[in-house]
Amino acid sequence: MEPIIEVKNIGKKYNINHQQGRYVSLRDVVTDVFKNPFRFLKAKAKSVAGINTKEEYWALKGLDFNIHKGEVIGIIGRNGAGKSTLLKIISQITPPTTGEIKIRGRVGSLLEVGTGFHPELTGRENIMLNGAILGMTYKEIAKKFDQIVEFAGIEKFLDTPVKYYSSGMYVRLAFSVAAHMEPDILIIDEVLAVGDTEFQKKCLGKMDEISKAQGRTILFVSHNMGVIQNLCQKTILLEKGEIKMFDDTDKVIHHYLNNGEHSNAVTDFNVDKTKDAQISRVTILNKDGIPSARIPVSEKFFIKTDFTIFKPLSKTMASLMFYDQGEVLLLASPSDSSMEIGDYEIGNYSITAEIPAFLFNTGQFFFDSIIHKPMIISFDHRRNLGFEIMDNNLNPRSVIFGGNSPGRMAMVLNFKIIKLSSDIKPNGKI
Amino acid sequence: MSTKVTIIRPKKLFHLRDLKELWQYRELLYFFTWRDLKVRYKQTMIGVAWAIFQPLITMVVFTVFFGNLAKVPSDNIPYPIFVFTGLLFWQFFSTALSETSNCLVTNQAIITKVYFPRLILPLSSVLTKLVDFLIAAAILAIMMIFYGFVPQLSSIVVVPLVLIISFMASVGLGLILAAINVKYRDVRYALPFFIQMLLFITPVIYPASIAGKYSWLLALNPMTGAIQSARASLLGTTPVNWALIGISFVACLILMFVGIYIFKKVERYFADIV
Repeated sequence: MEPIIEVKNIGKKYNINHQQGRYVSLRDVVTDVFKNPFRFLKAKAKSVAGINTKEEYWALKGLDFNIHKGEVIGIIGRNGAGKSTLLKIISQITPPTTGEIKIRGRVGSLLEVGTGFHPELTGRENIMLNGAILGMTYKEIAKKFDQIVEFAGIEKFLDTPVKYYSSGMYVRLAFSVAAHMEPDILIIDEVLAVGDTEFQKKCLGKMDEISKAQGRTILFVSHNMGVIQNLCQKTILLEKGEIKMFDDTDKVIHHYLNNGEHSNAVTDFNVDKTKDAQISRVTILNKDGIPSARIPVSEKFFIKTDFTIFKPLSKTMASLMFYDQGEVLLLASPSDSSMEIGDYEIGNYSITAEIPAFLFNTGQFFFDSIIHKPMIISFDHRRNLGFEIMDNNLNPRSVIFGGNSPGRMAMVLNFKIIKLSSDIKPNGKI
Repeated sequence: MSTKVTIIRPKKLFHLRDLKELWQYRELLYFFTWRDLKVRYKQTMIGVAWAIFQPLITMVVFTVFFGNLAKVPSDNIPYPIFVFTGLLFWQFFSTALSETSNCLVTNQAIITKVYFPRLILPLSSVLTKLVDFLIAAAILAIMMIFYGFVPQLSSIVVVPLVLIISFMASVGLGLILAAINVKYRDVRYALPFFIQMLLFITPVIYPASIAGKYSWLLALNPMTGAIQSARASLLGTTPVNWALIGISFVACLILMFVGIYIFKKVERYFADIV
């Protein structure tokens, strides 16, 4: 049988200028031309001749794979590996730079929950509009309308503008519309990360039903290994825009978790001697002391900051600040648990923090490493360092939440349960 | 098997399939238009009445200042109805043009997340303005009854033609500007100014005859032909000049195809640069 999706030598090149998302003003171009006509012409000529390589960036390179009908394929990889770009190309939102894709069937893509929702329109109106945007016909939407409303559980608010909805209701409605699309191929980017747990489970159930009962093909991107493991038979591992592995999900996830690519585990910074103190290197180490930026949730790990003091500094300390993807500060931890602030002589130092197992939940985290005099001055502040916490199914909460434990922290609290008595008085008092 | 085969390649040229696809997505066109109409007057106190007030008040102000105070000639018919006929088509053209030019930027969130033929967006912008046009046209009908004007028989042909000319002019120019606007947001700032300038070189507030022997210069602007012909057939200001309509029609047709060509050429990259 012919594959439902045939991908041949797909590559996508971005111009870095475009990547940053800032639009160019015509004025800038014009002033550029007049200020430096020769440089402009040279650059133009180079780009026309195709030898200007400086600003290019290949988000995807030479992808080749086939997907057959009814397969549920997971796509994993670290941030910037090209997962979203691949989905966008298959969804025809952006064209590839090289190669060809042949798709046999109707594609429905869900790259974002609630695309095209208008806050001023009511729930009812948004269902119609969003359905149409997702490619459903009026008849299809009308037929499924009641199911959509019931699945989202918003019957009472159907005629309220969605701007008055809680974020939970909004997401439920949006996903519900999407879940009732009936394309031959469903493409889903990490959209399940939103919404409450119960609803997430409902969605996963729905997706399972779609693929198994209706034989639909699904392409699914997620950072959540548990979900990928539950849903997908085969998984593609992308790394730096290329396919690193395409095999059975278990094998791929095993490979992904155990072969950390170390480029992000060690980050070096150029030395700038004009500063009083400077961070030269930040290293993330796994429990065995091996550099790795991908840590299983069940293991402790270390963050080591190497820094140089160029001038004697009094009352100085190092701190780590951890952020969620959404820039929410999760934890600010000073290096000194006794809160004593030390004096430093000139020299090189290294300071290591131990992060206990089950502190952070699965997902991507960011942190800053700082050398500072608290509340007074920061000598060096390195931002946006990152690590990824992986689910290895040892998380005790996976059992309860089906590999999809909610929240950003994974700490399990100790509860004590005492039975006070067996008989309950009618008025409820003991 | 009736499965649809889609082939995704780096370059895609204009194909007849595109028209078929546009037809397949006609419901989305309807929904976008419906959304814009529905949302436009939400959270306003007088709602749809704005669609009546805007042309009406413009007409009153223009009548007072240009007609009564500045004594701008009006081909020997009452100035209010003279200027309103011009405004009717002018406002359709100018609002459709500015909506079309901005439609890709305002719908940025959808463009980067979902696929559909992008031409749907400018088309729905123009359709939305067509509704305003119809409301204003009803006012014109009332005014014509009030002033006792009987439209000539030719208006059955001329008015739709003029509307099509205005449609093609705004879509053609709008598509070109929309494609530029995606990359260079200067369009957004230059356009209101540009439209204002256009108003003065289009015989909306004055008759084309004011330019005397240079009136052919005005005719280079397709909206001149459109507005003049509308006045000629509706109000009988001058005999209907069929050649002028023909020239405007062909010019706008070419403009529209150029617009579609440019738009299609860069369409697929909108999501990357918008």
